[in-house]
Amino acid sequence: MSSSQVSTAFERAAAQDRAALVGYVPAGFPSVAGSIEAALAMAEGGADVIEIGLPYSDPLIDGPVIQEAVRRALVGGTRVADVLHTVAAVAAAGVPTLIMTYWNPVDQHGVARFAADLARAGGSGLITPDLTPEEAGPWLTAAAEHRLDRVFLVAPSSSDERIELITSVCGGFVYAASLMGITGARESVSSQAGALVSRVKEHTKLPVAVGLGVSTGAQAAQVAGFADGVIVGSAFVQRLLSADSPRAGLAAVRELAAELADGVRASR
Amino acid sequence: MTVPPDYGQADQAQAAAEPRPDSPVPDASGHFGRFGGRLSPEALMSALDELTAEYAAAKADPAFQAELTALLRGYAGRPTLLTEVPRFAAHAGGGRVFLKREDLCHTGSHKINNVLGQALLTKRLGKRRIIAETGAGQHGVATATAAALLGLDCTVYMGEEDTARQALNVARMRMLGAEVVPVTIGSRTLKDAMNEAFRNWVSTVDYTHYCIGSVGGPHPFPLLVRDFQRVIGIEAREQIMQAAGRLPDAVLACVGGGSNAIGVFHAFIPDTRVALIGCEAGGDGHQAGRNAATLTFGSTGVLHGMRTYLLQDADGQTLQTHSISAGLDYPGVGPEHAWLKDTGRASYRAITDAQAMDAFLLLCRTEGIIPAIESAHALAGALQVGSELGPDSVLLVNLSGRGDKDVDIAAKWFGL
Repeated sequence: MSSSQVSTAFERAAAQDRAALVGYVPAGFPSVAGSIEAALAMAEGGADVIEIGLPYSDPLIDGPVIQEAVRRALVGGTRVADVLHTVAAVAAAGVPTLIMTYWNPVDQHGVARFAADLARAGGSGLITPDLTPEEAGPWLTAAAEHRLDRVFLVAPSSSDERIELITSVCGGFVYAASLMGITGARESVSSQAGALVSRVKEHTKLPVAVGLGVSTGAQAAQVAGFADGVIVGSAFVQRLLSADSPRAGLAAVRELAAELADGVRASR
Repeated sequence: MTVPPDYGQADQAQAAAEPRPDSPVPDASGHFGRFGGRLSPEALMSALDELTAEYAAAKADPAFQAELTALLRGYAGRPTLLTEVPRFAAHAGGGRVFLKREDLCHTGSHKINNVLGQALLTKRLGKRRIIAETGAGQHGVATATAAALLGLDCTVYMGEEDTARQALNVARMRMLGAEVVPVTIGSRTLKDAMNEAFRNWVSTVDYTHYCIGSVGGPHPFPLLVRDFQRVIGIEAREQIMQAAGRLPDAVLACVGGGSNAIGVFHAFIPDTRVALIGCEAGGDGHQAGRNAATLTFGSTGVLHGMRTYLLQDADGQTLQTHSISAGLDYPGVGPEHAWLKDTGRASYRAITDAQAMDAFLLLCRTEGIIPAIESAHALAGALQVGSELGPDSVLLVNLSGRGDKDVDIAAKWFGL
């Protein structure tokens, strides 16, 4: 399989002896156009890879900040077609772009059709927080056909057997949840994160990116000390939620991306 | 009225006589045909594996089974009665109608059967805290009760809309020492309470067991809740054979998530001449968002860790639901029901709010029994099915809970 844009972004970061920065925003928040602008602002600020969230009615592993953004996106009428449009717009700007999605919207769209539509939009793949490898057969087939990255999560509670299973089906990178919990900023980086990354690296040569709870440049620097990528979601979304105007929100997102981009370069 | 057999003796007698299920569902990974399975955040997978293993060990452990049986008999009040209701039956085509009286269980519903099993499992797992979601509050009250009995910490998640319409049960849970967390996001009903319980469980899984109240969620929950509720049907089958001298023509139960229905259906699955009829919440209409009749109006998808029928839109977003009964107000359904529907072994029909409330009042006035509004959906189904089958019919209705919690809603509905 040829290297995806996401893989290339991780390789480029590694060549620069730093971690990659991955930023998240849900499509349709604060509007479809606003989410595209926010994603591009992240990239301008220094994000290497963008995750576009597919807003879903039952976001089981998301904390209050992302829940609120997703709720607003759905109230605003965001559809799967809007999510694919958002991906196309961000990817067209040359930014490696994935969709982060709970499984049911993909299931309803049709797995093969979703993969085809994502590939056509220029997306690099999917991050699937509630899909287990055991239930992922149709997606693995479709992803192979369309050369899409398959990013599954590992958690501190994952056994070595499960890490082996998960990493064996992953493509692009492995998403390591830094802690046992839901999305949202935390005071400090979980002490479990480093150990988890070490365990994952015993099973795969894929880059390992750490998400959940990272919100500052200092935390990004700390995570970049042991991981290949740093994933930030709620902190970006919080900037947009707190902003007085769309323009102020974009400025705050760009500023945070720059701070985090400095962070992922500071540790080595 | 039929005096039920002694619980322990009956259990032994039935162990030999009990019919075997048609097929060994679910499979090892929790699939009922194409339904069920385990679509879960990775962070919970080790806990689900641990629970699966511990439940298998407990199931095979005579000491665990003896402890559970003793609690069901000496604490929950099993076996529950089978009551014939002739004055009600006169309105149901003139045949015979028997009620399985789960309303007489301690805490007022069948929910205690499952909760006692899972609370004992919690102790076996070495965990000190139990959490639950609740709609009508019956599962929350049962969980708070078992937690008090066994010395476990307890938190119950309940949609804000339900804490308002089931305030009595909120007070009961707090009286029993449980923390009740009103859930203020989404539709503020059972689905969102379940989301919030899952979120808490991810963060606390090393010392917390999530006691799911219905036959839904990721494997092994649909299996173990089914197993803990099977006692309803095992008792009822024996009791109705004694009381009516034959198997019923139909077994009816209300279906939200579907635990009382699976409980009463399961022992009858091999009896292919017995119709199994689930009564869903038809709300106030067939339009999207106006009911919670998942199997009647829904399509297949994934929610809360399982593949099943859902009420959803074309993008896979869960639809808002409506039912007068908080306990049936859920957009999914247990995967075994989805399987029973697809195989044709069970059928499901939607009962409107108005039909349920008419049946509610009819049972009050003809038999002196105030049913839960959830259970009134099954009674309304019996009125229909009895009329369809005629005066020679024998119906078994699972009266899953009592209606004390519903008197405010009923008084408003009837203007009393």
